[in-house]
Amino acid sequence: MMLDYHIDGGDFVNAGKASSAVKRVLKQLNVPAKRIKRVVIALYETEVNVVAHASKGEIEVVIEPERITLTVKDSGPGIPDINRAMQEGFTTASKEVREMGFGAGMGLANIKRNSDELHIESIPGKGTIVRFTNDLRD
Amino acid sequence: MGMQIRNIVELLKAKILTPGLNLMGEVDHAFTSDLMSDVLTGDYDKTVLITGLSNLQAIRTAEIADIREVIIGRNKKVSPEMVELAFDNDIVLLQSSYSLYKISGILYGAGVKPIY
Repeated sequence: MMLDYHIDGGDFVNAGKASSAVKRVLKQLNVPAKRIKRVVIALYETEVNVVAHASKGEIEVVIEPERITLTVKDSGPGIPDINRAMQEGFTTASKEVREMGFGAGMGLANIKRNSDELHIESIPGKGTIVRFTNDLRD
Repeated sequence: MGMQIRNIVELLKAKILTPGLNLMGEVDHAFTSDLMSDVLTGDYDKTVLITGLSNLQAIRTAEIADIREVIIGRNKKVSPEMVELAFDNDIVLLQSSYSLYKISGILYGAGVKPIY
């Protein structure tokens, strides 16, 4: 099964809508709750990152019987030093993002913690691709 | 032993913003934070979120983290969109005039356990 979602940069009202939709689909597929939670936390943090930093993004979800792969491509500033960005506490978030309850430099660490395989590619000035795969089995 | 939501409503003199949702459900843990990324680190079962962050992302975070009850402290203004999202996800939304410190203290004293 394939699903696609669009994210608008700066649209804090709708941040998390795709995660919510994916959660519903996985529930309908009877995926164990703990597996669903890991997927949607990682996706939610990724959505918030796109809303916070990029002008737009696209989410591609591929659901197979045993696993899910999510690819989030954004048009944004890119991440010059991914290792540094992965460190908890490192942030370039604006005051507006912090007012939304995020921007404390925990997002990428949360994505890593909740994904089985994580791959991040980024070109400064162009954008970032975050891809992660999670096991869906009990 | 958990505490029923209706008892929390009484202890906090809270306003129920999602009338009609189940108040008989039990809570045995609580987590207080305005930082949603921090909320997303926890493993929750029968947990109430206490927060001063009154925006849609507080409700969305509860939904994503499988939190069924949210208490907004200090009578922070709650938007109709927040209430709608809470109803959509079966999340009991309460509002109390008490500070987060006082809410946390009352619930802790009543036996509701911390997450960390």
